[in-house]
Amino acid sequence: MSIAEKFVTMEFGPAPEESKEALSWLDRHSRRFGHFINGTWVQPSAGQFFDTNDPSTGEKLASVSQGSAADIDAAVKAARAAFSKWQSLSPHARARYLYALARQVQKHSRLLAVLETMDNGKPIRESRDIDIPLVARHFYYHAGWAQLLKQEFPEFTACGVVGQIIPWNFPLLMLAWKIAPALATGNTVVLKPAEFTPLSALAFAGICEEIGLPAGVVNIVTGDGSTGEALVKHADVDKIAFTGSTEVGRAIRTATAQSHKRLSLELGGKSPFIVFDDADLDGAVEGLVDGIWFNQGQVCCAGSRLLMQESIAEALIGKIRDRMSTLRAGPPLDKAIDIGAIVARVQLDRIQKLVNQGIAEGATCWQPQIEMPARGLYFPPTLLSNVHPTSIVAQQEIFGPVLAAMTFRTPAEAVELANNTVYGLASCVWSENINVALQVAAQIKAGVVWVNCTNLFDAACGFGGYRESGYGREGGREGLLEYLEPAWFGSAPTLPAAKPSPAEKSEEETDASVPAIDRTIKLYIGGKQARPDSGYSMQVRGRDGEPLGEVPLGNRKDIRNAVEAARKAANWGKSTAHNRAQVLYYMGENLSQRRDQIARGLAQAVGEKQAAAEVSAGIERIFSYAAWADKFDGAVHNPPFRNIAIAMNEPIGTVAVICPQEMPLLGFLSTVMPVLAMGNTAVAIPSETYPLITGDLYQLFDTSDLPGGAVNIVTGYQSQLLKVLAEHDDVDAIWSFADEASAAAAKAYSVGNLKQVFTNEGRAIDWFDPKQGEGRWFLQHATQVKNIWVPYGE
Amino acid sequence: MTVENTGRFGIAESTASASPEGLHPSAGGPIATLGGKPLLSNRGPLNLDWVKQVRVNTSAVERRAQSHVLRRTVKKDWQVAWLLRAITCMDLTTLSGDDTDERVRRLCAKARHPLRQDLVKRLGIEDLNIQVAAVCVYHHFVETARRALEGTSIRVAAVSTGFPAGLSPLSERVEEIRRSVQAGAQDIDVVITRAHVFGGRWQELYDEVAAFKQASGPAHMKVILGTGDLLTLRNVGRASMVAMMAGADFIKTSTGKEPTNATLPVGFVMTRAIREYAQETGMAVGFKPAGGIRTAKQSTEWLALMKEELGLSWMKAELFRFGASGLLNDIERQLEFHATGRYSADYRHPIA
Repeated sequence: MSIAEKFVTMEFGPAPEESKEALSWLDRHSRRFGHFINGTWVQPSAGQFFDTNDPSTGEKLASVSQGSAADIDAAVKAARAAFSKWQSLSPHARARYLYALARQVQKHSRLLAVLETMDNGKPIRESRDIDIPLVARHFYYHAGWAQLLKQEFPEFTACGVVGQIIPWNFPLLMLAWKIAPALATGNTVVLKPAEFTPLSALAFAGICEEIGLPAGVVNIVTGDGSTGEALVKHADVDKIAFTGSTEVGRAIRTATAQSHKRLSLELGGKSPFIVFDDADLDGAVEGLVDGIWFNQGQVCCAGSRLLMQESIAEALIGKIRDRMSTLRAGPPLDKAIDIGAIVARVQLDRIQKLVNQGIAEGATCWQPQIEMPARGLYFPPTLLSNVHPTSIVAQQEIFGPVLAAMTFRTPAEAVELANNTVYGLASCVWSENINVALQVAAQIKAGVVWVNCTNLFDAACGFGGYRESGYGREGGREGLLEYLEPAWFGSAPTLPAAKPSPAEKSEEETDASVPAIDRTIKLYIGGKQARPDSGYSMQVRGRDGEPLGEVPLGNRKDIRNAVEAARKAANWGKSTAHNRAQVLYYMGENLSQRRDQIARGLAQAVGEKQAAAEVSAGIERIFSYAAWADKFDGAVHNPPFRNIAIAMNEPIGTVAVICPQEMPLLGFLSTVMPVLAMGNTAVAIPSETYPLITGDLYQLFDTSDLPGGAVNIVTGYQSQLLKVLAEHDDVDAIWSFADEASAAAAKAYSVGNLKQVFTNEGRAIDWFDPKQGEGRWFLQHATQVKNIWVPYGE
Repeated sequence: MTVENTGRFGIAESTASASPEGLHPSAGGPIATLGGKPLLSNRGPLNLDWVKQVRVNTSAVERRAQSHVLRRTVKKDWQVAWLLRAITCMDLTTLSGDDTDERVRRLCAKARHPLRQDLVKRLGIEDLNIQVAAVCVYHHFVETARRALEGTSIRVAAVSTGFPAGLSPLSERVEEIRRSVQAGAQDIDVVITRAHVFGGRWQELYDEVAAFKQASGPAHMKVILGTGDLLTLRNVGRASMVAMMAGADFIKTSTGKEPTNATLPVGFVMTRAIREYAQETGMAVGFKPAGGIRTAKQSTEWLALMKEELGLSWMKAELFRFGASGLLNDIERQLEFHATGRYSADYRHPIA
């Protein structure tokens, strides 16, 4: 075609990015890569390799090692060997290494971008302008944290050896999100990149070599799911950080339940994109381009569910279609395309299958008549309208460039639809009215809310989900905590195992031959005393074996009722922090009034000395959390945009608490009060040692203006009730402070809705020591951080 | 040659001619298409509800503009074609206090021959007959320009209505338009009273622009909003709407005399307003960014913006103009680089 013809058609024409450097980098490695273990390149122990391909052409790029359990073991050993020296380096020295990584990433930015695009299929514009700059930014930001670590986290220490498993959608960026905070906090790392996209991680290993990072600090082992499984199951790994599908996240939760491994999961999403009638509709359309048509929709936080206010739905759909018609699909290395290739055939098939299912369920499918490449793995931008919440395309993560659109009538309905999902990763709210936008932002159950923007990321801002989108945050101060733990915690002694509870009923049920005791304790549900569903009681004996009284034997139906009551009391979380503080102070006051009576009863189970001490410390603990209630502030982050990112500490919801056995009163207060102070509601299972404390506690609550249902107490066998609570899908978090078996059970049984788990790992916490038994560590677990991004400017 | 209808906006044109001949057919026929629908030349009533509904989120527009320049680029022969197109959409402008008749004649000579003949040959584009769209001058030089451009299809554009402030009495501003049209100006670039926008006096703004339109008669009226003065993008969006309702043939960003002139965010707001207006009324309004567009790269960014937001109809002089003085020289240098493979210098190209 001549210039004259081009002058008429005014087409964009091709604008390919050069791939020569990346190809010669591959050639320099003979297109065959070993693992990067202990600072050197090693061949896979089983001698197996697999291919990694360019999804836009199907061409093989290189052979990559298939990691075996032996390879993982070698890498973990190297990381373990490097750990103590790395951790004991001065913060400044670690900061220098991280700074060097950031600089080196910048120096090789184009090679990394091209490699990423070739391996993954994403447009070069995205890898060049978004992924790689964010990688460098992440290392810079965490170089800063390394420098400040001792001042800012004096009481914390690194977890140890961290196993990290990352997905294929943002290969190097996810590597940076994992490695930068881990190294900054003094951990060493074994990272397994995704099977489809290992190349940029291997290039990063080269960068570690170039800057002289000590051997073993970062180890990269490539492979498939079995390699990841070996890493998850390795006994000497202290923490697993995983980003990927909810399904695999669940399997990892199960696999690590019996261990002390810490776990952070960043999983799937079905994020709502809400457009109100007063929004800048053209702006919102561009938000979708940056959302669902970013990285071919293979983004865990993609705004894939479009919720439109009815009055503007038609206009918005028109604008979306117009815009979709100007999207350009093409070779990922073309600098002027918007839609690149889907990473693998299996993903492409999955997208098509889900779209077909959506259409079969009544959705209207619209795709623009744009030119699609003849070969390679491509899926056109797709709009599904007439979608209802019941449709599979409204519920399941498609992980492709497919937008499912539906309408709402009022802000309340928008929130209801937005939250009508098992996920809670991200969300967008478009409105020119700040009242509407922030009101809705506050109500959405998601870790990130973008107001009038989409998919903005920064190292300074936490990213991570609510609900089945996982737990833990990446980025910001909140993200750092995932790689730290209280310094005293690792060396705390292990608690003795609880005596096994009887399968159904206790042999200690009321024995008619024992004379009746004067106190009748009931369950405490919804602010009322309730008889147990079972109609059975269990006997409580004192230190000397003498019967002290009876408590109800709670069962699964009592738990069901308690959880229901807790959910109904959610207004507790909406009351002001000042108001919650007042209620807690009042409790302290009332406990002080009854101290003698309560201590007398408690003394029968734990002795007079401990009883008196527990009451005194308990009053203080209540005061501490009353004090904290209005002081556990969020933050305003400073991302490099004209923007404020508000990190809000929000209550998690309904928290199940398995209270410490050894301190019936202080243990209860130490675990339930932080939950309450932060606005959660609780279902607590008191100590089996002296469950009669329940009677004292509910009198305390009843006289302190605590709304009914904010705390519910079910007595009975902790291990039995724990299982019911851990499996309950309407419980948002479970805390276990009993023995090791309870901690493991809480983790194992929580996989259904991936509720957040906080345990003592079966270790003894000195509840009398405020350093161990109260404060930020508990509050952090009683809250989840929501980052609300609010760009401004007129 | 005939062009296939490929995009959302459809391409009704079937001519390869770069000549501005036949611009703006005087009576009633379609002058553009949008989404396959034919569009008429503009005239409409004031609709205040519509003006008040204008929503512009500044941050979102800025992000769009930032990503636009990184999402789209043209290379090699395509770049050549786009730069040639940019020349044909150019209102070659001189608006200085020291302008003279001779200076204007020199500009007109450059307008006739914007590219060196050897360059035209090397690029193989003799048949395209590349010329700028118009020469833009003060009223004082309309006559001079008209004579200098005789025998060409290059239009004479006059800035008017007390340009650049636009604050002389209304009767004088209207009279200035009449005189320029009489003197042979085919395009009239008028400025609005910015105070009407700040005060939300949309009826007064409408009446003012409507009066200008009436005075312009057969000439084509470009309404300069003074976006560097209006400052907020919402003001730009609202003023665009009112100017179009009052009969603007083009809406134009700025005078070139404001602290900031044509920016891409402003371009997005104005082109989106044009699109919405066309979709709602079936009438086509042109767009002219002016001031601050100095590089070849910028010109392709603007053309890409027009392609993305409005389509091929708005990539031609009928509905798209650059107001520029220094841009041509940079385009010439880029074209010479394409032709020779060597970077060029500005002194190698005849000055305007």
